[in-house]
Amino acid sequence: MTAADTPAPKQKISFVVNGEARTISAHPMARLLDVLRLDLQLTGTKEGCGEGECGSCSVLLDGVLVNSCLVPVLQAAGTDILTIEGLSPAASSAGKLHPVQQAFLDCGGAQCGICTPGMILATVQLLAKNPSPDLPAIREGLSGNLCRCTGYLQIFQSVAEAAKRLATP
Amino acid sequence: MPDPAKTTTVVGASVARKEGRDKVTGAARYIDDLVLPGMLFGATVRSTIQRGKIKQITFPSYINWSEFTIVTAQDIPGKNCIALILDDQPCLADGAVNHAEEPILLLAHENRHQLTKAVAAIQITYDELPALNTIEESESRQEIIWGENNTFKTFLVEKGDVDAVWSQAAHIVEAEYRTGAQEQLYIENNGIIAVHHPQDGVTIWGSLQCPYYVHKAMMKLFALPEDKVRVVQTETGGAFGGKEEYPSMLAGHAALLALKSGRPVKMIYDRAEDMAATTKRHPSRTRLRTAIDAHGKILGGEIEFVIDGGAYATLSSVVLSRGTIHAGGPYNWPSIRIRSRAMATNVPPHGAFRGFGAPQSLFALERHMDRLAQVVGISPTEIRRRNFLQPGQTTTTQQAVPNEVNLPLLLDRALELSNYEAKQQAAANQNKNPAISKKKALGIAAFLHGAGFTGSGERYLDSVAGVEALPDGTVRILVSSTEFGQGTNTVLCQIAAETLSLPYTSVSIAQPDTTAVPNSGPTVASRTIMVVGKLVHSACVGLLQTLRATQSLPDPATPEQFALACAEHVAKHGNLKSYARYQAPKDVFWDDEKYRGEAYATYAWAVYVAEVTVDLLTFSATVDNFVAVQEVGKVLHPILAQGQIIGGVAQGIGFALYEKVLWQHGRMRNNQMTNYIMPTSADLPPIHVHFEEFGNPHGAYGAKGIGELPMDGPAPAILNAISAATGHEFNSIPLLPEDLFAALNPMPENPPPSPQQQSPVPVGAPQ
Repeated sequence: MTAADTPAPKQKISFVVNGEARTISAHPMARLLDVLRLDLQLTGTKEGCGEGECGSCSVLLDGVLVNSCLVPVLQAAGTDILTIEGLSPAASSAGKLHPVQQAFLDCGGAQCGICTPGMILATVQLLAKNPSPDLPAIREGLSGNLCRCTGYLQIFQSVAEAAKRLATP
Repeated sequence: MPDPAKTTTVVGASVARKEGRDKVTGAARYIDDLVLPGMLFGATVRSTIQRGKIKQITFPSYINWSEFTIVTAQDIPGKNCIALILDDQPCLADGAVNHAEEPILLLAHENRHQLTKAVAAIQITYDELPALNTIEESESRQEIIWGENNTFKTFLVEKGDVDAVWSQAAHIVEAEYRTGAQEQLYIENNGIIAVHHPQDGVTIWGSLQCPYYVHKAMMKLFALPEDKVRVVQTETGGAFGGKEEYPSMLAGHAALLALKSGRPVKMIYDRAEDMAATTKRHPSRTRLRTAIDAHGKILGGEIEFVIDGGAYATLSSVVLSRGTIHAGGPYNWPSIRIRSRAMATNVPPHGAFRGFGAPQSLFALERHMDRLAQVVGISPTEIRRRNFLQPGQTTTTQQAVPNEVNLPLLLDRALELSNYEAKQQAAANQNKNPAISKKKALGIAAFLHGAGFTGSGERYLDSVAGVEALPDGTVRILVSSTEFGQGTNTVLCQIAAETLSLPYTSVSIAQPDTTAVPNSGPTVASRTIMVVGKLVHSACVGLLQTLRATQSLPDPATPEQFALACAEHVAKHGNLKSYARYQAPKDVFWDDEKYRGEAYATYAWAVYVAEVTVDLLTFSATVDNFVAVQEVGKVLHPILAQGQIIGGVAQGIGFALYEKVLWQHGRMRNNQMTNYIMPTSADLPPIHVHFEEFGNPHGAYGAKGIGELPMDGPAPAILNAISAATGHEFNSIPLLPEDLFAALNPMPENPPPSPQQQSPVPVGAPQ
């Protein structure tokens, strides 16, 4: 075994996940995706390709949409991370969904559901930057997230509907 | 039979997707989200060559192999095969390999990273044999790689006296068409967790379409009786046919590792392995020879339809069957002869993918119809109008067309919604201007798709569905039909709620688990809502009859009266379940020998229009607008039905313009999402979906199958448009910009050397 094969020793890394301060012990180059899924059991973040193409592993890192499969966990130290589980903490107990989640449910934005958490977080970021996006802006805003089921159009409708509902609470 | 005059309340409404809340909150648990105590991870060592004998397997000493569980073909307790139709495909290669990526060895370890290194370290040497890569090489029989003549299956469909028509024809039109492999590209890769227990046998959890297919395969692989195999479907992140047969292979691998290690084993493919090793759509070649009269009426024709099945038989015979039966499309053929065959090659077996052979043969036919129009000098709409099947006429298998079928209506609606005539005229005018590099045109495809298993298939399946009423008056549906995004859970619950006059929220569906649900057949072939939905309806009717007999349930009853009756019945009898078994409709008959009769209980019908721009500067073809008009019987859930159509059209656009599998020595070279391109949110046009309704007596509340239909039409509609826009006949898909460029700028085969350019680089060569 060469030196290059030896992983760097684990170290303590702290960040905020879904509003909660967390400290984990991980190899600095471990993927943020694995830390979320395996160490923190936040399995709503999905792996689709492992190479940053599909966007299923999208999370918000300090409000910026990232592919968590491409983020070494050390880079997340000190950041504020939002995963799908943090979007509507009460939803797990039949509570109210976030308006973006509700719009995806109402408009057919989710079929098989594997791209859905990433797609919803991409929408949250898009609407934070542009509260009333037109269709080209929606297409552009979601273009890093692949969906094989829907052909996207009902996702676009979900985004437009969420924007409308957020504008008139 | 539901009273058609009765207004439905739950059926026809866009109720919330049953498992939708879990999907939008991230709470839904897919196979990779599950962990069992003491679980190992599994990995596969695969063949790097296409065909040969395995000489030696070397385990280098720098790895401590005692840490690993290692499984070979010798560890298989039962028969070394993946039981499906034929038993020709081994679970693990035993001495010889027949395709690249064929599994040879299995490894398990606690640490995934150790597995990656171990798989890479194992050295396998082979005595290599020549391999077959194409349909033509297989047909040449230069090597015999399967059976006596490399042929998995042949079919012959005959109607009328086709040999007599050639002399009467005003025109005889011949052409050849090809379609390529296509990867299903579900976003969730294949994955399985297996447990083996000395007394209880094998338990499988996984991302899969057909729990009872896996069940059958595990019984044979482990030589176990049916009660010692349990298969449970977990939430499945897309399938499209790609999780019809392959999960049996992966389940076998995980279960063998579980048997040998005595621990639970999880196997999750990464994207590269999933794309390289699992099934894809069958590549095809179709040759058409058609006799038409001076007005463009088809007199008869011959169709030769050939698919590349890969190295083992798997599902190729049934894919071929569906492709063969759909090859004549929605047209009247007074005479026809269709010969088809599935050939063996040394590539990973091709398999089920939405449409299942029909997108291939319909691509050829619908391109050919435009060619016929050109030869006769009439429009693409007119050639179709003159040949559409009419009530009383028969399909190529001599199935009578029902009275309610009205194809001109679908065509008219599609032309109207796409503003076809005006736009086509404007495009034609614009295309005459050589200064404009963007050429435009509209293309049409008319087609049909049979719902349910082909021919006698539903009789053999003998499906059973059940419902269980609980004491609180809620009802649980018991079927092995699976949800993988298309809406099975939701629509079956709608059907039950409607039949029982219950609120939608009072009905749920059991997780598919072979110890808890009957075999309602595989979730394939656009059969679930039509066939299984009908069984759920019948089971609900049986439940009501029981309660009316035993508990004097009034008719009609309120949900409160229903709940009271359920509580009393369960208190008295322990439980309340009702099952229904498939009964073939009396008017459906199929002759397996002559390939004649009612190929499907019913067909869905469609006319699609694609509006396309071809940019002769960039050689990109873009779909600008798409109109999808179809008749799928009663639409039970408008949002889900539209979602099926839009999603299918998107995959069809990918099939035509984006998705190209690059083969090198029988291996997929571009097995990454970076290099195999599916449509993104930026690539798709507006897709206008419109439903007409002719009715269907065979399905629950008049529903037909819907899932596969939208895959059939986009590719020929788009290629028809591109051919019209450019004036060049394009007969192969996928058609990427480099293909367009090569076709429109043919290079001389041996360019003369020029002093300025000593080494010309051929188009497409690595730079």
